[in-house]
Amino acid sequence: MENRDTIIELKGITKIYEDGFKAVDDFNLEVKKGEFVTFLGPSGCGKTTTLRMIAGFDLPTEGDILLNGKSITGLPPYERPINTVFQRYALFPHMSVYDNIAFGLRQKKTPKDVISRKVGRVLELVDLEGFEKRGIQTLSGGQQQRIAIARALVNEPQILLLDEPLGALDLKMRKEMQLELKDMHDKLGITFIYVTHDQEEALTMSDKIVVMNEGRTQQIGTPEDIYNEPVNAFVADFIGESNIFNGMMTGHLKARFCGGEFACVDDYEEGTHITAVVRPEDVEITPPGEGTITGIVDSVIFKGIHYEITVLSGKNEMVIQTVHSAKVGDRVGMRVDPENIHIMLAEDHTNLFYADVNSDFRLEYNGHRLDTSLTAIIRGSRRREDGTVVDANGEVLEPGRVRILVFIQPDDIEMTDDQDAGLIRGTISNLIYKGDHYSYIIHTELEQDFVVDDEYLWNMDDRVSLLMPVEKMKFTLKHK
Amino acid sequence: MRFSRKSLGIPYAVFLVIFVAAPLLFLFYYAFTDGQGQFTMYNLTHFFTDPNTLGTLYYSFTIAIVTTAVCLLLAYPAAYFLATSRLQTKSVILMLFIMPMWINFSLRITALKEILNVLEGNLAMHPFLNAVIGMTYDFMPFMILPIYTTISRLDEALREAAMDLGADPVQTFLRVTLPLSVPGILSGVSMVFLPAMTNYVVLDMLYNSTYIMGSLIGSYFAAYNWHGGSMISLILLAMICLFTLLTGNAEEEGARGALL
Repeated sequence: MENRDTIIELKGITKIYEDGFKAVDDFNLEVKKGEFVTFLGPSGCGKTTTLRMIAGFDLPTEGDILLNGKSITGLPPYERPINTVFQRYALFPHMSVYDNIAFGLRQKKTPKDVISRKVGRVLELVDLEGFEKRGIQTLSGGQQQRIAIARALVNEPQILLLDEPLGALDLKMRKEMQLELKDMHDKLGITFIYVTHDQEEALTMSDKIVVMNEGRTQQIGTPEDIYNEPVNAFVADFIGESNIFNGMMTGHLKARFCGGEFACVDDYEEGTHITAVVRPEDVEITPPGEGTITGIVDSVIFKGIHYEITVLSGKNEMVIQTVHSAKVGDRVGMRVDPENIHIMLAEDHTNLFYADVNSDFRLEYNGHRLDTSLTAIIRGSRRREDGTVVDANGEVLEPGRVRILVFIQPDDIEMTDDQDAGLIRGTISNLIYKGDHYSYIIHTELEQDFVVDDEYLWNMDDRVSLLMPVEKMKFTLKHK
Repeated sequence: MRFSRKSLGIPYAVFLVIFVAAPLLFLFYYAFTDGQGQFTMYNLTHFFTDPNTLGTLYYSFTIAIVTTAVCLLLAYPAAYFLATSRLQTKSVILMLFIMPMWINFSLRITALKEILNVLEGNLAMHPFLNAVIGMTYDFMPFMILPIYTTISRLDEALREAAMDLGADPVQTFLRVTLPLSVPGILSGVSMVFLPAMTNYVVLDMLYNSTYIMGSLIGSYFAAYNWHGGSMISLILLAMICLFTLLTGNAEEEGARGALL
């Protein structure tokens, strides 16, 4: 029996393009009537493709879309009671504001007087009374945006789809429209499905957020859930600013990461490989020796309402937001309330570490060069004639101001006895037999924990060096 | 003398005077004078009273309109499907349409003549049909290109928006794509219609007995009647100006979207 509150349900939606690119992979979602749902993720994560499949512009390769319990998977867009607000508005340039808004109603053969009444009312809703006769080109970006919303809303759709509708507006206007959209949603009771790559926008507006990456759903939950209890490193990293560490459970409610042993509230079996997330605002600076770990202040940036302080603890870096300043070079202690340490089972056991970019735009880790460069791993970036590197938007990437978050899978790392062969040395601190292979946790010289899968048996406390092939790594650019 | 950027325009100004302004003045002079150099309106009145010139004007008009219509009917669907398809080979197909323009014109027409010869036997039997076929063949790329460009520049989101608002593909075409491709249609029409009025070389090469405005002017000058020939040229020029003015206006409006 279908839940009567559910307005739309996506079941196992997969989209593979003709060129073989898998844009969406096994997407499942239930949306309740009147909910404000946001698809959040970086560009290319499949959020817009999913929206287009709901609208009917793209057909899923597999899976089913149910509206009020009935399949609409094969219906063309013009037979779905769903309307879209497009990214660049897509207003008809050869029509007046009135004709644009009336377009949908005229398709439905609505009587003229009803059309004119409804257009008037929806213009009032978007605060543009009296704009009926204006041409589209005479409107500002913000006004066009409102007309686009009015054109969709006037049809009283069961679901309103919004594809990054505020992306083209400036910051002030965007903030204003966020509140207005939220207001409209509350007033009209229509289900909104909203696509954005802006995490703040998602947190502000949504009842429910779907975080996506590389075509897969990462986490579905309320903004609070997603912010406070991210399920994996990707979500933690994407939502808000985070310190993310690889680590291991060292006992009951005890976890080792960032070169120290912290008390935490999540209970996993001793020896489990974990990812620990600590929000910058949750780290407390103490006198040296009184905290769980100590470190040297590396940089202090004044951000208006708080300072952003980076502390180096060994080779681990902790970013802290606090209202108290500190001096570069000071020794400080750091403490985190157990409640504020988010321990996640490193479910897929993906290892992550930061690599630096040297002045030659090459990547470095633990004093070793990685055989790749900035331009090779950041999509759309290129080296200009003056020797600087810019990203796809033309913004300059300075080697000192960026670093690279590197992801690598446990079975892509190889252990060797030759201590100088790998990128980093470490000691085997845990091993588990997994049926057809062993899973090892290597505690490295930089106080990090790596998970390595190997079919051969090594011994506890063996000293090994880790071989990590560059072609198996995945990279994300981070600004310092 | 100091060099100023304006001096860069001098060569073209000279060209303009010698090859545009002066001939125009001569055209005016001859059109309104007789053999003795006396001012006369005879050439003008003769044009509008001589059944021969009026008949030719009417016939040229008919050929030009039919040619333009045939070009439009053939070019629009081709341009539309090409512009909206996701074919990888799109640019190759477009090139096939345009390629005839790169082949020497007389070679093309001679080839066309041979083909028509085989199909029809005696070419003189179908002068009107052959005139239209020849000109359509020659001017087609000028119709396809502007329409293709206009349609492919249309944001695909506009078509999607129409469908999203409940318009099926036919309604989407009629209410969005077609009105928005009017500027392309107009520039295609003016690029085909005007030469189709006057280009008689195509017809000559097809051994066509058809007489159009271009051939009429040619015959006047061949008979050393510069005065009559100039007047016909002047009248054609006036008509072309008028036509360009009209479509120019409409094109602007088309861009703003008041048309249709």
